[in-house]
Amino acid sequence: MTKPGTISVTKPISEDLPREKFDELEKFIDGMETTKGALIEILHKAQDIFGYLPRDVQLYVARKLGIPGAEVFGVVSFYSYFTTKPRGKHTISVCMGTACFVRGADKIIEKLKEKLKIESNEITEDGLFTLKDVRCIGACGLAPVLMVDDKVYGRVKEEDLDQILDAYRNQEGKQ
Amino acid sequence: MTRKRTNIMVCGGTGCLASESEKVMRNLNLILKARGYDEEVEVIQTGCFGFCEQGPIVKIEPDDVLYVRVSPKDAKDIVDEHIIKGRKIERLLYTEPKKKQKVGKHEEMPFYKKQLRIALRNCGFINPEDIYEYIAVGGYEALGKTLTSMSPDEVIDIVKKSGLRGRGGGGFPTGVKWELARKQESDVKFIICNADEGDPGAFMDRSILEGDPHSILEAMAIGGYAIGADKGIIYIRAEYPLAISRLTTALKQARELGLLGKNILGTSFSFDIDLKYGAGAFVCGEETALINSCEGKRGEPNYKPPYPVEEGYWGHPTCVNNVETFANIPPIINKGADWFASIGTEKSKGTKVFALAGKVNNVGLVEVPMGITLREIIYDIGGGIQGGRKFKAVQTGGPSGGVIPEKYLDTPIDYDSLLEIGSMMGSGGMIVMDETNNMVEIAKFYLEFTQDEACGKCAPGRIGTRRMYELLNKITGGKGTMADLDALKQLAYMVKDSALCGLCQTAPNPIVSTMKHFWDEYVSFIKDVDHPRGEGRYVAKNKDVARGKSK
Repeated sequence: MTKPGTISVTKPISEDLPREKFDELEKFIDGMETTKGALIEILHKAQDIFGYLPRDVQLYVARKLGIPGAEVFGVVSFYSYFTTKPRGKHTISVCMGTACFVRGADKIIEKLKEKLKIESNEITEDGLFTLKDVRCIGACGLAPVLMVDDKVYGRVKEEDLDQILDAYRNQEGKQ
Repeated sequence: MTRKRTNIMVCGGTGCLASESEKVMRNLNLILKARGYDEEVEVIQTGCFGFCEQGPIVKIEPDDVLYVRVSPKDAKDIVDEHIIKGRKIERLLYTEPKKKQKVGKHEEMPFYKKQLRIALRNCGFINPEDIYEYIAVGGYEALGKTLTSMSPDEVIDIVKKSGLRGRGGGGFPTGVKWELARKQESDVKFIICNADEGDPGAFMDRSILEGDPHSILEAMAIGGYAIGADKGIIYIRAEYPLAISRLTTALKQARELGLLGKNILGTSFSFDIDLKYGAGAFVCGEETALINSCEGKRGEPNYKPPYPVEEGYWGHPTCVNNVETFANIPPIINKGADWFASIGTEKSKGTKVFALAGKVNNVGLVEVPMGITLREIIYDIGGGIQGGRKFKAVQTGGPSGGVIPEKYLDTPIDYDSLLEIGSMMGSGGMIVMDETNNMVEIAKFYLEFTQDEACGKCAPGRIGTRRMYELLNKITGGKGTMADLDALKQLAYMVKDSALCGLCQTAPNPIVSTMKHFWDEYVSFIKDVDHPRGEGRYVAKNKDVARGKSK
């Protein structure tokens, strides 16, 4: 879960958040039958649009709904699905469910941290990868499992990791 | 529907999709078309077969032949050999590990032999994206029966008599819950399906929603009729995109046929269902937390009473049931309470779905009658321990449950017997551990989970789980003392007694049960000077280490 303090509510952040994206969000909210109880749904949509939920987006939602910004931040920081940091181009999610854990998922994620030189929920220097540890993704038969974006890699071994990472790095090189 | 001579069923569950079952389907369709057989043979994407270890699974009907670990390039052989020439493809058949024999028929496989599928009856059998397939196997019959020939009290009576208990973990009698909700005087009531499956290692709800979404919609409508609600909500994890898309399709189809909406089947009963998405919080599986989350708030639990059946969603009476509980409802209505009550043990009726995972040969989803022993599940259905290693313990009930050592393997399992041996049914995760798994590390794993997921509302949950985790970290790091073990034990009981909701009340269970059955392993971390620390390197076969003697 995002810990309080990971976003600053006092210091403005200079970020490139285009007007069109705010318009898209506004259109979505205006189109709703009722906004009563819809905060989580709206935040899902906002994260879809922006990729993450920076301070300005949270405040925008708060003002639009006429509720305190703290309430929005309270919800954002409560749920692990919401992120306040921009994500890398590809998100690597390592399943840390029990089935994967007993088959060695902890070693896989340690190795990835070492290779990417980041901790969980951080973004690599080149902006290519974000590393996440996730709860069960329901593919226990293939444990240990990791996901790069929507693609699932099953029965992963430590020695496979380079190959998986390189596939995405090379893709980048070609473009 | 046109008549087809053969159906090729390809598993479309998450596990199989991850190993390219979609490509298998595409190739099958291409080759069938090229050979001119696409008129006679249909390729159908079904829900989960449960045999995830051996995925992707392809089944040929009506021949009842099951192929395992099918790769996209096997599609050619399946069409050319099996479909056209009628020959079984030996290399794709499942090999029974004990006898090293190939098993051709689906029903003869040991994995399926001891299973009894009620909640999973249609998973792997019908196309979940086609309402007519569900109707063809008797779907929506139970809804028709209740609306046209039964009073709400009769419905509640059948469910009560069947002995069905909540499958989400608590085991509260479903019929009683419905009755309590029915008795509330209110114009507005809600029925909620709890599909916030958060137990790491359990995926039965997901498989039911992906493989048989209509059964949940039907059961919710029946429940709505019974308690007097005209609105249902399915609260589902946002991490389950496939289940969400199948549910959305199912809702649309049911509305088109008038099975949801105003005046269902021409009666005066109206009912509709909304989807609400979770956002990743384990505590939202607790019903009051779930309701708060449905209202768009932080998913923190409330003090009970008032119970949700009295004051729930926006203050209205609300009945919350689990996915698997709902999946049992239509068969109970169709076949009667006596039929259901004839299965299982005295106090736990029917079947339970378990997600069998960890160090067993056949990882997958199994549905067994209550009262079966753990040994039967692990050895007969699960095919024993991987790599021929020795069994050490099995963990049930997820982060709220405990570990069960070998001496209890022959206990017939139901809600009560599992509680007696220090674990619980929970939502049905079943993780098998072998001799290479260290039990202190397992306890630490679960506490790492609960201290992260604890919502922070009550102090025992917020601080207690964190302190327990820190103590476990200290112990496994080799810096623990015997006093730490005592402190840990005391703290565990304190949190159990004082936490606000079920999540943190049960959070110490992994510690309590591992301490009870594997105390030596805790002591060994403290007393063994050269303890080979860390998961995987610890082998209990070394008797000196297991007994905690210093070398």
